[in-house]
Formats: sequence, structure tokens, C-alpha cells
Amino acid sequence: MQNNFQKTGFQANWIAFKTIIRKEVVRFFRIWTQAFLPPVITQTLYFVIFGSFIGSQLSEINGISYMSFIVPGLIMMSVISSSFANVVSSFFSSKFQRFVEELLVSPTPNWVIIAGYVGGGALRGIIVGTIVFIVSVFFTRPTIYNIWLILFFVILTAILFSLGGLINAIFAKKFDDTMIFPTFILTPLTYLGGVFYSIDRLPEFWQKISKLNPILYMVDGFRYGFYGFSDVNIWYSVLILCGFTFVLTIYCHYLLQKGFGMKN
Amino acid sequence: MNAIEIKNLTKVYQSGAKALNEVNLTIKQGDFFALLGANGAGKSTLINILTGLVSKSSGEAKIFDFDITKDSENSKRMVGLVPQEFNFSVFEKVIDILCTYAGYFGVERKDAEIRAEEILNKLGLWDKHNQPAMTLSGGMKRRLMIARALMHKPQLLILDEPTAGVDIELRHEMWDYLVELNNSGTTILLTTHYLEEAEQLCKNIAILKKGVIVKNGSIKELLQHMDSQTYILTVNNIKNLQDFFGNGVIKCDDNTIEVTIENQINISEFILELNKKNVAVLDIKPKNNRLEQLYLSLLKS
Repeated sequence: MQNNFQKTGFQANWIAFKTIIRKEVVRFFRIWTQAFLPPVITQTLYFVIFGSFIGSQLSEINGISYMSFIVPGLIMMSVISSSFANVVSSFFSSKFQRFVEELLVSPTPNWVIIAGYVGGGALRGIIVGTIVFIVSVFFTRPTIYNIWLILFFVILTAILFSLGGLINAIFAKKFDDTMIFPTFILTPLTYLGGVFYSIDRLPEFWQKISKLNPILYMVDGFRYGFYGFSDVNIWYSVLILCGFTFVLTIYCHYLLQKGFGMKN
Repeated sequence: MNAIEIKNLTKVYQSGAKALNEVNLTIKQGDFFALLGANGAGKSTLINILTGLVSKSSGEAKIFDFDITKDSENSKRMVGLVPQEFNFSVFEKVIDILCTYAGYFGVERKDAEIRAEEILNKLGLWDKHNQPAMTLSGGMKRRLMIARALMHKPQLLILDEPTAGVDIELRHEMWDYLVELNNSGTTILLTTHYLEEAEQLCKNIAILKKGVIVKNGSIKELLQHMDSQTYILTVNNIKNLQDFFGNGVIKCDDNTIEVTIENQINISEFILELNKKNVAVLDIKPKNNRLEQLYLSLLKS
């Protein structure tokens, strides 16, 4: 009864995955002035103001200049906001314009939908992160202590915040709802996540409060990959990142399975 | 084989509204089937359940023997859906919309591009394939939705009011294309408010009223069971018909009467009666499309 035109099983899922990724890549290159320029301009301003103007008056942190210290944090900031923004805007638009129905009527399993959208978001985050890294080279010479840890933290963080963007998009009922989480939660947590300072220099009480912020572990682990020092145990960071990614993946799958915000 | 088999299908929305109530329906493979009903009767809910856009509350439904819940991946492969409202990304190019959709069904991009060219040529849209969908006219967007639904070569095509707001010329072109598809073996389920469309295209119909199927069968069979039929007659010497008024005959104006005739009486017998009164019938036509008459009588009952 079924035609050979449509592939089945793993082959079909692989084609569907590639299709979503392609669609996402075409989308963010179509809007490249929104996708790539703003984060690069913002981070360049951070390098100029915090790194050159203010940073030149500050003492070294663990033997490296302030400018070099903030590079990993600023890259991570861009990765987090770009990954999140890509998925939340793309998936919410597909809900708003109802072309998410193209996916819902298709045999594409929910885990492939998650993989496709998260893959697209992570890809944009990593591209933006790479551009910011290239820009940073014009201001300082960041060293690389462990490339595998750098890749691990940047990829998993991009995946984690793409998952966050997907959950936000699933719950969002109007465009304003897509801005609440990034504005009121994500941005403050990122700024307080040790991007601009080492928590070692905070009073003990604020050190404890800072350790409740999951973004601290991502920034800190990523920075460890560059310079080989960290404020918290690197394995805690690995564990926390893996744990959050696992929990959000399961939660995303549950929401799609239930058809939350899309069916009924 | 049955293309669609529905047993005791019920849908109660979270608001408590019962959109479908124990619906039973079978549509044979190769059929051209119309699902009729007023707005809010449950047509779209039924279609959305079959295609996976809405979850059912209870009952079961199978598409080509694949259960829509237990074997949803296979059942979805068999169906192409043309929804009521435009639901594609208006920023994307026509070709990308089609190939992306096909990709979700496991069709390789290179195969999808060939298929897209074939269908777009058929529907007169190939010259627009590289344009963003937002630049298309309303009629072109409708055709794009049909093209998209056919990209993965489905065995069953479901169209939810596909010709709403479409001009007459395009509607007829679409009808011709649908007939051609049906003749080539694709089963078609259609919902429409244009009853002449259903009468002209479909072999079988079901009428939904408040979530319940009130009539189901072949159009011929259903029309045979109509109790009466109403005609509009243009006549001369209307003043000779004073005795006729009432009893199913209404004077519309100085030359026109409306006559409702019971099914057991032949219209020619009535015309002979008029002739006896020296009244000639200059023109005769049914007041409504016959299916429309049946439909209205069922909705009123």
C-alpha cells in the first residue's frame, strides 16, 4: 500500500532531521542582519568598554589580563542568547503562522522535531560564538588549555538553551511571551554568571548565592577550557550541564507528545 | 479495502464542548466522499483528528488499516491534507515550502524537487516556484496548498473547504484536477459549503449535525429518498391558477409560481393540470440544488 517514494524508518527520520536543519539554516541566513550583526556589535562594545577602557585599569585575574578573562564569558553570552532566540522565534512563528501543522500531520517523530529545532538553534549559537571569538582575537590573545572541554561546554550549552527556547515557544501564546524569559530571567542570570568577574572575589554570602546560578557553571567550565582555572570544580560543571540538558530534553518530548499548546 | 474506518469517535474539548459524538463512518478506497454540515458541526474536528492535529477523546479511527493512534506514523504517510486556512511560511519560496513538506514525509530533496516541478506545472504555478509565497494571489495560494498535500504521493487526500473564496474559473479547474486525481486512484474526502460541488464531484456523502452523522450514503440513493422537490415555473395566464394557490403552490410574481411536489407525483402530471387551465409553462427550474434541498431539510429536522 505504501509507496517507495517516501522512505521509512531511520532513513525517513534522517531526511526529516536534515530538512528541519536546512529550513532553520536558510531562515537564519535570510535574517543574517538580525541573527549575526547585533551580537557581534554588542560583544565588540563589551571588548572595547570593559576590556580596553576599564579592563586596562584592573589587576590581572589568576595571572591573565581582564580582557582575556572576559573573552570566554562574552562568547558564552552570545551562544546562550543566540541559541535561545533562534528556537523561540522560529518555533513560535511556526505556531503563530500555523505551519507547525506541516510537521504535526507528518510522520516525523517528536524526538526528530526536537533534534531538528535544537540542532538549528545550537548551530546558530555556535556560529555566533565563533564570530565573537574571532573578534576577540583583535583585542587579546586567548590561550587554549583544553579544546575538547571548550567544544563540550559550547556545544552542550547551545543545546541546553535551544531546548529552553523550544519550551518557551511551546508555552508562548503571543509574541510578548517569547520575551519574558530572556528579559527577566536569562539576561540577569547571564550577567550574574561570572562573565565579568571571578566569584572568588565576592563575599562568601554572594559566592554561595552565585553557585545557585546554573549559568555560572557553564561560563566557568568554558573558561577552564581556555585557561585551565575555574571557580568551581570542573566536574560539577560537567554534571550540571549534562543533568539540565537531559531533564529539558525529556520535558520537551513530554510537551510535544501531549501536543501542549498545539493540539486542541 | 477501506480508506477510512471510524468507530464511535468522540471528541470533547477542554471547554466541555462535544464536537463529535460516537461518530461511525466508513469510506472505501477510491471513493470521492463529501462531508457536509453547518459551521461548527464537527467536520474540521473530524478531519483534524484523522490527520493528527487534534487528539480524540474516545473511539477509534483507521486509515488504510493503520490505527491513527497506535500506528500514527504509517497512517500519516497515507494522508495529504489541504486545510481550510493558509498554513505555510509566507517568507519561504514556493519550491522550498513543497520540498520541506516532502522532507517531513521522508522524501529526499532531489526527488522532491522533481515531484514539485511536476505538480506545479500541472497546477500552473511552476513560473512562481522561486518566489516567496507572500507574493502569490489568493487563488495561487490555494493551489499551492493542494500541491503541498500531494508532494508525498498520498493515497488519501483530505480537503477542508478547498474552494472557499476561489473564483468560478479556478474552482472549475480545481474540480477537474480533483476528478483526475480520483480517477488515478486517490481517495478523496472533501468538506464543502458548496453543495453543487459535492453533488457534481462526489459519489458518497455524510451529513454531520452537532457532532452526529445524520445521513450517510450514496448521493443517488439519498436524493431518491427525498420527500418532495420545489420548482420555480414561469407561466402565462397566472390569473387562471387561483384554485391552485395554497397546497404547495405559491405565487411569486405575475409570471412566476413556486411549486412543491411530493415525490410520488410526477412534475409532468402537474404541468398537464396547468395546461387544462389554459396555462402554459414557459420555463421550469428547480428552486434549489437537490442536494441543497435535502441538506436543508435535514438541518431543519
